[in-house]
Amino acid sequence: MDGSMVLPVIIFLPLVGAAAIALIAPSRSMVLKPVAVATSAATGALTLWLMAAFEAGDGGFQFTQFAEWIGSAGISWHVGVDGISLFLVVLTGFLFPIAIVACDPPHDAKAYYIWMLVLETGCLGVFLALDLVLFFLFFEVVLIPMYFLIGKWGHENRKYAATKFFLFTMLGSALMLVGMLALALLTARETGGAVTFNLVELANSAGELPTITARWIFLSFALAFAVKVPIFPVHTWLPDAHTEAPTAGSVILAGVLLKLGTYGLVRFGLYLFPEASRYFAPLLFTLGVIGILYGAVVATMQRDLKRLVAYSSVAHLGFIVLGIFSINTEGIEGGLLQMVNHGLSTGALFLLVGFIYERRHTRQISEMIGLQKAAPVLAAVFTVVMLSSVGLPGLNGFVGEFLILAGAFVAHRWWAVVAAAGVILAALYLLWAYQRVFHGTPDDANRSMPDLNWQEKLVMAPLVGLIVFLGVYPKPVIERMEPAVNALIEHMEEVEGIESPTVGDRPEGSFEELRELKAHYGEEEGH
Amino acid sequence: MSTLVDLVWLIPAFPLAGVLILLALGRRLGEPRAGWLATAMMGGSFVATLLVFIGLIGHEGDERETVVTLFEWVPAGKLAVDIGFLADPLSITMALFVTGVGALIHLYSIGYMHGDEGFSKFFIYLNLFAFSMLMLVLGDNLLLTFLGWEGVGACSYLLISFWFTDEANASAGKKAFVTNRVGDWGFLVAMFLAFLTFGSLQYGEIFFEVESHGVAAGTASAIVVLLLVGAAGKSAQFPLHIWLPDAMAGPTPVSALIHAATMVTAGVYLLTRMNPIIAEAHGWVPDLIMWVGLGTALMAATIAVAQNDIKKVLAYSTVSQLGFMFVAVGSGAYVAAIFHMVTHAFFKALLFLGAGSVIHGMDGDQDIRRYGGLARLLPITSMTFVAGWLAIAGVPPFSGFWSKDEILAYAYGENKVLWVLLLATAILTAFYMTRLVLMTFFGPPRWAEAEAQVEAEAGEEAEDTAEAASEAGPPHRHPHESPWTMTVPLMALAGLAIVAGVFNLPFTSDVHFLGNWLKPSLFGNSGHLPFGGGTQWILAIVAIVGSLGGVSAGAVVYIRRRIDPARIEHPFLARAWRIDETVSNFMGGPGRRAFERTTQFDEQVVDGAVDATGTLIRRAGTKLRVSQTGLVRSYALGIAIGAVGLLAWFIYRAGL
Repeated sequence: MDGSMVLPVIIFLPLVGAAAIALIAPSRSMVLKPVAVATSAATGALTLWLMAAFEAGDGGFQFTQFAEWIGSAGISWHVGVDGISLFLVVLTGFLFPIAIVACDPPHDAKAYYIWMLVLETGCLGVFLALDLVLFFLFFEVVLIPMYFLIGKWGHENRKYAATKFFLFTMLGSALMLVGMLALALLTARETGGAVTFNLVELANSAGELPTITARWIFLSFALAFAVKVPIFPVHTWLPDAHTEAPTAGSVILAGVLLKLGTYGLVRFGLYLFPEASRYFAPLLFTLGVIGILYGAVVATMQRDLKRLVAYSSVAHLGFIVLGIFSINTEGIEGGLLQMVNHGLSTGALFLLVGFIYERRHTRQISEMIGLQKAAPVLAAVFTVVMLSSVGLPGLNGFVGEFLILAGAFVAHRWWAVVAAAGVILAALYLLWAYQRVFHGTPDDANRSMPDLNWQEKLVMAPLVGLIVFLGVYPKPVIERMEPAVNALIEHMEEVEGIESPTVGDRPEGSFEELRELKAHYGEEEGH
Repeated sequence: MSTLVDLVWLIPAFPLAGVLILLALGRRLGEPRAGWLATAMMGGSFVATLLVFIGLIGHEGDERETVVTLFEWVPAGKLAVDIGFLADPLSITMALFVTGVGALIHLYSIGYMHGDEGFSKFFIYLNLFAFSMLMLVLGDNLLLTFLGWEGVGACSYLLISFWFTDEANASAGKKAFVTNRVGDWGFLVAMFLAFLTFGSLQYGEIFFEVESHGVAAGTASAIVVLLLVGAAGKSAQFPLHIWLPDAMAGPTPVSALIHAATMVTAGVYLLTRMNPIIAEAHGWVPDLIMWVGLGTALMAATIAVAQNDIKKVLAYSTVSQLGFMFVAVGSGAYVAAIFHMVTHAFFKALLFLGAGSVIHGMDGDQDIRRYGGLARLLPITSMTFVAGWLAIAGVPPFSGFWSKDEILAYAYGENKVLWVLLLATAILTAFYMTRLVLMTFFGPPRWAEAEAQVEAEAGEEAEDTAEAASEAGPPHRHPHESPWTMTVPLMALAGLAIVAGVFNLPFTSDVHFLGNWLKPSLFGNSGHLPFGGGTQWILAIVAIVGSLGGVSAGAVVYIRRRIDPARIEHPFLARAWRIDETVSNFMGGPGRRAFERTTQFDEQVVDGAVDATGTLIRRAGTKLRVSQTGLVRSYALGIAIGAVGLLAWFIYRAGL
């Protein structure tokens, strides 16, 4: 395959699948799911190929494709992947087939699968677009399928949740659109060149805008992404949307959609506005820490298991924001890693909650008890995923969380000390929920709940496998991220003309040298 | 050059293999084969440790450190952490007793867990625990130690709530994990500070950096205090000790292995490992460690006096003995700390397993008020228990005497008040252990007369005793000796509890085996006794008199009944100084209310503002008669108009 064609194929393959599904006659509805699964699985396979073919040591964009689109307005078809977006693309390719296999829509299957696949195209497009207008288009495309998925296949309160989700995000993205236009127009004026929406070109002239202007435009971007992440206090759409969405919707919402926000903060915040990012870092840092503690506290008191998981996302995403605005290699890498980790563990949690809901037809914690007796396999999988979410070393969540906090500590010591307390609260809300749902003696309603069936086990197996693998051996991921992250930080330092505070080099020492040193001192003292 | 030491990775590999095999085949293997497999893995691990030990002895005295790196774990930015093992005298000493005692307790569990439906799952957890504990001990950097640290915490959680159908067990497991997490917060922040200061988390590199470039006393102090927070959590020191008594809800082999012999000593290990940093800290830092240890030791000993649950007595005794080890660390007596850790592992594991054997024989009853006269019926259990009792009471020549005497001597060297209080704690220890032994094994049997009462209170009793629910036996009791899988470990541990004193005899420096052996790990940071042999002899005699005094006092109260026990077992002590209730009341009261308020704030203020805005717009929309366009579209239109306006303003502001 020609290298430059692989990204467009990845982006549009789900859309092609959606079109194919649209053409399937109603009488042959049994092929709907196989087509959707096959399309998303093929896309997933392509993303895996992309990861394998990705040049690990290269910090720039790879597999880029560029074509003039609306030349006069400086808008182009420009896609590419680097270490920052690579694993979000793979995560998307991985989670969609799982979400599609795991959950069957109760009605209107055709429309459901079409929206799911359109959604996948949108998500992949967001992560791969290197043109601001292109990015914006995909960013908006994501909104519509999700609106319908929640509004049509969601739970009782779906209309309210879908509307709230739509309006919140719309408000943010409208601001971002304004910011984009202003950025392109004003940059063109400063540089005297033609108007362009090309991300790389805009980033290269990032230092040209007056400081105050750049800060205002950064804010318009940051607000849009803050809604998407979501960052406290614009997070309240999230518990409603997550809770009311159908299971697959929640998995994608938590696993992929929230990352549009954090990814945006890296790609369009740090990269385009180095000075403004650093200027506002204390603010975002503070909001991140608040999110960590506040999300955890509110999660603890939830009565609805799905809502609890939703609020846990507020806390986890707070960590990611903290990592990103540490603006050092450890913090940003931790943030990127945690985007993947959160996608896996929270995606898995939503699936498990969905499996329980299908069996018990309730999400109320108070109506469940002793499920471990009835469904030991479900309980065991839940335990592993929960411990991953809690940040147990050896599982994936820990590595990201540790890097984030280490990076944050280097940047803003006291905030990291406070944020680290989030690990206590995470243990509290998840273990307490586990105790109430799975421990105890099951009553009549819960005694006969069936355990996971083979299909559900098959869905959970790769998730659990990755949760363990990334905890034990995250190096393949980190080493592909690092060149891009370092390039980003160098770019920022170059634009700002400063050097970020960092840790000294790893000492060149060992026990042997220590002994020699000791012996040397000993001799001196002896004389 | 490859030596036996390079096999160090095999030590944790065995239990890990056990976990994986049991995960795949555990149910098919079933009882008892799953248990035998897990025990064999521990045996293999012990043999591997012995080989490494022999390899280390082969090295020159001061070259007894070998780092074996398997692969890079977290290479990110300046942070580079490997999965690597450090084989040195300290880690191998720990690994020897962890695998040795671990193997015996695995064997014991085959008998103890007989008939349990979670038999193979239990051994998965037990092997996983051993693996984590060995990672903790053998890791060559702080992060890997932390992996083991949290791993043992998770296994502890899983095993405490092993019989999860009982709410009390589930709560105890959660409480243990969350309380430990408070400590882990300290450990985490200590690691960040170490990383920022030294650019590394590897022990060798950190110590090299300290030696070659030095470290500010303030930084070293902060690191040690934060690690102390972590150590206090794991090793159940005040005020984070509250989880350990509850942790007794787990099966008794778990209490012996995790909550007495191995995991809870991790804090002492960590502080000992970091001795070069403690050496650089301000003087008040070791003092803090010392006084935390002393306060905990004394407090827990007074509580143990008034407990009636056999496992609770042992639990508070463990808290108290760990306090002794902290005192040792604080006074620079690292060798004494490790020495006491080893002897304590033997005699406390023995006591717990003995308690398990008694509970097993008493059909799950744990209340010593209903025991009595069991020596005749449980001969092996009672004989071995007596050995453990004399060891912990500090009666020579049993092992506990030697290690406790060394700590007392160092305490005397540090501070006379400290010594007096610690001696008082030692006397109390002898007293409450005598009480336990006398009430359990001697005197008239009280279980027969208690039976009628038990039958009457059957429902209530089942809740009182954590293990009764799962082992509810027939109402008529026939206390019986346990099977050989349980008594053999008892006898082996009894032997060790009697003779382990020879590891570190005080008479000449030649027989100070453990001290000489550990020297390379302590980098000359060990404290020295500021007085000679004469004072040491006097102190030893005082300690012996104290122990015998404690034992006699116990006999006076609980055999002769000269003093009413009720006058000693004060409710304040029985309720553990009300610390636990105070914490629970706070968490359940103001703590919970604060959480609820925050949640209300989220629902009513943060989200309320959103909904209010929505309502406002809708009302305005109705007035403007555009409501028929449908909500979403009208909002979207409004937003679009607003956006255009904003853009215009931007451009106007920029003067384009």
